[in-house]
Formats: sequence, C-alpha cells, structure tokens
Amino acid sequence: MEPGYQHFQRSMALRKWKGRMFHLICMLAILLVLLVLATLLYNIIEQGWHRINWDFLTGFPSRKPERAGIYGALIGSVYVISIASVTSFLLGVGAAVYLEEYATRGWFVKSVHINISNLAGVPSVVYGLLGLEIFARTLGLGDSLLAGGFTMGLLILPIVIIASEEALRAVPPSIREGAFALGASRWQTIWHLVLPQAFPSILTGVILAISRAIGEAAPLIVLGALAFVPFAPDGLLSQFTVLPIQIFSWISRPQAEFHEVAAAAIMVLLVVLLSMNAVAVLLRLKFQKRSDI
Amino acid sequence: MNGESVVVQANQLSVYYGTTQVISDVNLNVASSKITAIIGPSGSGKSTLLRCFNRMNDLIPNFRMSGQVLFEGHDLYAPDVDPTTIRYQIGMVFQRPNPFPKSIFDNVAFGPRINGFRGDLQNLVEESLRRAALFDEVKDRLKSSALALSGGQQQRLCIARALAVSPRVILMDEPCSSLDPLATLAIEELMRELSEDYSIVIVTHNMQQAARVSDFTAFLMGDERRVAELIEFNETRQMFTNPADERTEAYITGRFG
Repeated sequence: MEPGYQHFQRSMALRKWKGRMFHLICMLAILLVLLVLATLLYNIIEQGWHRINWDFLTGFPSRKPERAGIYGALIGSVYVISIASVTSFLLGVGAAVYLEEYATRGWFVKSVHINISNLAGVPSVVYGLLGLEIFARTLGLGDSLLAGGFTMGLLILPIVIIASEEALRAVPPSIREGAFALGASRWQTIWHLVLPQAFPSILTGVILAISRAIGEAAPLIVLGALAFVPFAPDGLLSQFTVLPIQIFSWISRPQAEFHEVAAAAIMVLLVVLLSMNAVAVLLRLKFQKRSDI
Repeated sequence: MNGESVVVQANQLSVYYGTTQVISDVNLNVASSKITAIIGPSGSGKSTLLRCFNRMNDLIPNFRMSGQVLFEGHDLYAPDVDPTTIRYQIGMVFQRPNPFPKSIFDNVAFGPRINGFRGDLQNLVEESLRRAALFDEVKDRLKSSALALSGGQQQRLCIARALAVSPRVILMDEPCSSLDPLATLAIEELMRELSEDYSIVIVTHNMQQAARVSDFTAFLMGDERRVAELIEFNETRQMFTNPADERTEAYITGRFG
C-alpha cells in the first residue's frame, strides 16, 4: 500500500450526491428558462392570433383597432435592418481585417480593442443621439430611412467587429504561412484563403447583431421616427416607422383591443426575425460546404 | 565544398528577436542540387535560420538580423527586394502539413494562379503531383477536399504545391516530424529524387534522417546564453564518420540533445 493512504477520506456517497444535486440544479435552470419563454409565447399568441390576417399585414395604422395594420412598420423594419446589416458588415469586416491582419500589435490596437468592447455595451439611446447629430443634422438626412439604417448600423458595428475578429483569429496561422511561402501577397492571402474560411463565423456574428437591432426602438425614436405612419416608405429618404415603435405605441394605449393588435405585431416581428436568421443560416451552410471542398 | 556551385549563402548571419540574440555569426553555403541538412538540439535556432532563407521571419514583428544572405549572388535583404518575389523562388514545406481547405487540384493550382500563371494549369498541376509522387494516389479525386488525405499524403501535397511555382530552392522545416515511419520513408525517397533538380535545405532533429538523405550537414548548437552558433559544417559522410568538433561527436553519438 502506498504511503499516506490512510490520510485520504473517501466518501463516494457524498461525492455522488453532490454530483446529482448539481445535475438537478442545472436542469432546473434550463426548465425555468423554457417555462418563461413558453409563457411569453403563449400569452402573445393567445392574444394576437385572431388578429393575424391579410388586412392586418397590408393595412396601415388606424384610430380604430379593428382596422389597424402594420404594413408601413413592417416595410420600415425590413429597410432599416437591410441598410444596417450591409453598412455594418462592410465597415465591420473591414475594421476587423485591419486589426487582425495588418495592424502590428501594440498600445494602439489594444486601446482600440478596449474601446470597441466598451462600445458594444453602450445603451442604444446614446447611438440614437449620435445618429441624430451626424446623420440627421450634419449630413441632412433628417428622419429618413437612411438615417435610421445608418444609426442601427453603428449600433451593431461593435458586435460585428468583435465577431469578425474572432472568426479571423480562428483561421489557423499555418494557412497564412503556407500562402506567404508560395509568394502570395497579404491581400491575396486574405482574399483567397482567410476570408472564405472565416466567412461562416462572420455571418453568425452578423445574425446575432441583427437580432439585436430588429428589436430596438429607442435610437430610432430619438432620431425622430414616427409612431403613426399611414404610408409605406417609398425610397431611402422617406420617413418611416419600425415594428418595435409601432408595437410600443399600441401597447401604451388604454384600449384592450390595441393590446391584441400589439400582440399580433409582436408575432410578425418574431417571424421576420426568424426568417432573417434562417436565410443567414442557409448562407452559412452553403459557404461552409464550399470551403470544405 | 570544393567546386560545388553555391545557391544560397549566409555570411556572418546573426538574428535577434527584440533585444534577445538567437543566432550568432553563421556562415553557411547551400550547394546547388544537393541536400543540406541542419541538425541540432531543440531550441538551437534551426528553424529560425531556415526561415531567414525565404524571409519568412519578416512576418515576426520584432525580428532583426545582421549579416548577409545571398541567393544566387544577390542580397536577399537588399532594400529593393520584395519578399513575395523571393518566396516563390525559394519554396517552403512546413513541420505540420498545412493544405488549404480547398480541393487537391486547387491546392496545387493556388501558387500558379496568384503568381499569374497563363499556361496549361491542368498539366502543371498533374506534373507537380507526379513529381511529388502523389499523382497515382489522387488522380481520380482531384476535385475532392485535400483535408481528407492522410498526413503523409498531405505533406506530399504541400511539396507538390511548392513545386508548382517552379522554385529553385526548397526549404523543409522538419517535414517528417508529424508522420509515421512509412510516410517518412516516402518523403525521404522523394527528397532524393527532387535533389536532382532542386537545391534542398532540410531542418531535422532526426540524425539518422540527416545521415540518410543529406549531402552536407550543418550542426547548430546554443552556447551557455542559448545563442546558437554553427559548430560544424561539412559533408555528411565526413561529419558522421569523423567529426572535427568534439561537441558534434557528442551530439551525433547521442550523449546529449
């Protein structure tokens, strides 16, 4: 018998019991989360289900709840999110490529990193103020779709940059070395090897960021987006509203019928969110398959 | 190295990372169409020395060197030399096979494509694979992923990839260290064949490998400050049968390292 054996106190029963308890606690946590989610969904669907119909989807807001529709807000949301994702994708991936592939590590890159992480945590209203000053006033875009889309793009930019940087970092350095050793320039290495490899993960980051932006109302309210828009935006400089603002304005009314309309609008918002995610997931799968070949 | 033509020449080469010196005053001639092995204990700067020959060390931020590296008589580190034009003339094979996540064909075609090759790409790819003794094993699945190949096949693919841009020198950084004995044997045979047309420099910590494949051997070793020096450089046969320096003898007979 090895020396010191008698100093061990082995109580398998206690250890097993602790293990089972931990297992149980974790299970309770996930059950609680699912319960909350299910209650939420049930409430919304129960209230809003009977209000979902073609007139609701193609109608405009009205003082009479039975005639209220969300067409303007739906189109506004789709526009804003599209503008925001294109601008934040281009700027975000560009910034991430610079920081990861070109910049030499030093105090500058470090301080930029810290600032980007902080920006990801700044309240969205602050981005609204920024957008109001830069896009609405300085660039003269006013309360247009373009101003709203750019402001939302700024809001999710830090998330996109951080996700893209992580995606680039996950591409093994040996791939870059292999390309450099064949006489590839930095641009050729990044364009032909690094970006295609990182693209699926970058796309995942963009999906997460969009999911945040699609539910935001505050920055657009600061910007001057309207709550009552009886028309669909007819161009990038048109005035607009988005689903969260519309939902908020309905919920804040006293009549119970408007709460039902709001619940129906929330269902539409969820469907828009899920279908955008689905598109991105499909794109990701497609690119993953291609880069495996 | 009597009468051999020299393709790469290091003169008084010293390397520093920041303020730390890692290699001191190495003088080394790489003979044309021969295999030169660099051996030495772990951490003796073998890979660092090798990477000076195709300017891969330029990618390390605080790398600094003094002395000279001549490639066919021209200073590799002259201010007007673009490192990327060096690297397709002096190819490199790495310690771990690093095929690109692309098809077998596209792996080999990558170098020619980025270097503006305008000839018959299909033919070039097949010829490169043939020279790397891989063609017969993969000819039916050129379009399938390179990542599905075995480690030894991947390494030969990396050699084919290097050959496709017509280098004159091939640097190999412990090319067999992650391979099994059979795959190692295949690579060693391949190196012997390739040495008829290419000058090869191989870093290895396997002395038997150096003795088996190389024509010349350089023995590097760190001093008490861990700064690597070239202890001995000679014909391999000479070095392994009758070393001039007692430290070489101690190392190759396995008394340390």
